[in-house]
Amino acid sequence: MNHQTSFQSAFLPTEFHTEMRSQLHKFCSDQLEPLLEDDDEKEIFRPEIIAQLGELGVTGMTTSEKFGGQGLSLTDFCEALLEIAKCSVPYAVTISVSTMVQSILENYGSEEQKNRYLPPLASGKAIGAFCLSESGSGSDARSLKTSAKKVSGGYILHGNKMWITSGGVAKTYIVMARTDNPQRPNESHISAFIVEDGTKGLSFGKKEKKMGWRTSPTREVIFDQCFIPDDNLIMGEGKGFHVALSALDKGRITIGAIAVGLSERALEEATRYALFRQQFQKPIFEFQGLQFMLADMNLDYECAKILVQKAASLYDAGVPHPKISSMAKLKSTDAAMSITTDALQIFGGVGYTKEYPMERMMRDAKVLQIVEGTNQIQKSIIAKEMKKEFSPS
Amino acid sequence: MWFFSSDELEIKEMAKDFALKELKTQAAIHDEDETFNINAFKKMGELGVLGLTAHEDFGGSGLGATHATIVMEEFGKQCASTTLSYLAHSILCVNNINSNGSLEQKKKYLPKLISGEWIGAMGMSEPAHGSDAVGIQTKAEEKDSHFLINGTKMWITNAQYADVVYLYTRTGVEKKNLSTFIVEKGTPGFSIGKPIHKMGMRGSPTGELVFENAKVPKDQLVGKVGDSIYHMMKNLDIERITISGISLGIAKACLEQCIQYAGERSQFGKTIGEFQLIQKMIAEMSTEVAMMESFLYSTAKEYDRGNRSPHLAAQVKLAIPKMCTKIALDAIQLHGGYGYSREFPLERYLRDNKLNEIGAGTNEVMILIIAKQLLKHSKI
Repeated sequence: MNHQTSFQSAFLPTEFHTEMRSQLHKFCSDQLEPLLEDDDEKEIFRPEIIAQLGELGVTGMTTSEKFGGQGLSLTDFCEALLEIAKCSVPYAVTISVSTMVQSILENYGSEEQKNRYLPPLASGKAIGAFCLSESGSGSDARSLKTSAKKVSGGYILHGNKMWITSGGVAKTYIVMARTDNPQRPNESHISAFIVEDGTKGLSFGKKEKKMGWRTSPTREVIFDQCFIPDDNLIMGEGKGFHVALSALDKGRITIGAIAVGLSERALEEATRYALFRQQFQKPIFEFQGLQFMLADMNLDYECAKILVQKAASLYDAGVPHPKISSMAKLKSTDAAMSITTDALQIFGGVGYTKEYPMERMMRDAKVLQIVEGTNQIQKSIIAKEMKKEFSPS
Repeated sequence: MWFFSSDELEIKEMAKDFALKELKTQAAIHDEDETFNINAFKKMGELGVLGLTAHEDFGGSGLGATHATIVMEEFGKQCASTTLSYLAHSILCVNNINSNGSLEQKKKYLPKLISGEWIGAMGMSEPAHGSDAVGIQTKAEEKDSHFLINGTKMWITNAQYADVVYLYTRTGVEKKNLSTFIVEKGTPGFSIGKPIHKMGMRGSPTGELVFENAKVPKDQLVGKVGDSIYHMMKNLDIERITISGISLGIAKACLEQCIQYAGERSQFGKTIGEFQLIQKMIAEMSTEVAMMESFLYSTAKEYDRGNRSPHLAAQVKLAIPKMCTKIALDAIQLHGGYGYSREFPLERYLRDNKLNEIGAGTNEVMILIIAKQLLKHSKI
């Protein structure tokens, strides 16, 4: 297997990456793109697309081969996500989240948990979802209220999770809940649980109506006194937040890759259109105003891409660098918003219609600045890391 | 606002009440279903706002850009879609006929357009001619008793409902030989093409107009053959000022929602309004709204005083919609996940506002107009 780890080769496409992207591009443009205009309007999600992407090796890319995955690096996975995001951000996100669930299981789960849950997720036949946010706890994730009361043989899980990507279509949910802290009886701490679809007491709210990501179902996930066996606790009580933070750290990089893919597509479409569309008897690309816009868009995209590649390389090299992951997420998602907005503008009136993908790309861009830690939280994280770097130890 | 006269304040109050009553609750539904709030439109007729700028002799109010923009802002704040259709009717169609039509044409068309019995539209853009408006190709050939019109118009607000269309055509080979007609629904050879599904302004019907040997009587020519450039110059400024009013309304809606939410939503044990990053967003948003409001109405008043230099309206159209897009994006951001949900109006505000950077002349064309005007006398 081709592992991409050196910094130098991070900037040059390997044969493996080129081949993989070409394969994914063919699948996306033949099987997925033709469905999107209508599916976006009607908010239709197709689980068979995930299964087909599973056959192409994308749904368990970073999971060990032992558990049915491909055993590849984060850099390799980012390349795949980038290509899928060029076609559909929501399907890329679905896979990114499902992969995050697999990473948690692989890094923190017991052997039984890994053997039981990883293979179907890695194959793409099952989808994973991650339940952290609640209606009263978004940025302040730690203040979550969903509780897990210890009983004989397991826990009673009770509460509501909000904004859950793939809520209602996932088979495996990883849920953060509050458990009693025996060391400090007046405090509770956070624990992570695996909840299977079909658990008694598990139900789902209606599909959220969203600005974009319309083909990805987002739902409230409701736990009404669900009994979760001891075997489904991950690692141990009180370890939940550590599990969540490490998942989010990787998640920031993958969201960054998705944002870069979206930016790449928007930039390509806008440039081609500017070369093709004539007005005042010449291609609009010939006007300096448009040249300046496109140059700025391309610069922004390259900077974002380089940051994401750096973050992925550091991750693969085992060098923790939360500041770079945060910066990759912040820069790439801000760039995606600005690039998709300008790309729509370059298309003029037709960019505003649903016949072209530009307006959908702009709608899909916005929430990338909100999920996985809002861009405002990312700035706080960066400042916090700077304080550590610059304070006398 | 110190610069509003008492009658301007009165119309503002009236428009605000109407919008809260007739536009606010329906806005999300029309956006979701892509339907036109025709009830509200008819009530605008009863309210007497469909011909604000038209002469009183024909049922209008004889008012100027300032009054029209005030109404656009208050309406736009509650439902930008319906307001866009209102603008197309009252400014693109009614105002044009009032400015350029003959006495007979005004008597024939204005009363019913102003009462709301008829709905008006304006046809300029074509699939291959947007920014290059002067290059339009829809042809009008002069025959003995009529003109024969052939071509397609695109992006026409109110197409599917229009009883009357103010239409720009080409009557000669020289670039500027363009002529204007008033075309009635039901004219043989004139049909409506497919509707256009859009990112926002979904409650404002947009469609194509198709002319296949359409016969338009000679008395429906506006002015003389070749007069269109002159007509365009006379109307584009007020179009640009009023559409910027819609953006200002949207921006104010965003600001109000943000102030409210920042005081209600808590995280980390306090209201999010206590965090500096949120304070920054709100402070900047409010400053931008104040700037836009002063700039917009100062320009509208300059226009009403007779200063028609094209760069003035272009400046307003360049600055305001673009600033509002940024405000709408930040308003969504301030609301976090809820800002992205269609249960809240923020994402609709963004989708609606983006159109204003494109329609009535793109940001980019405004840049060219301003530069050309200012550099007119230099040796460049």
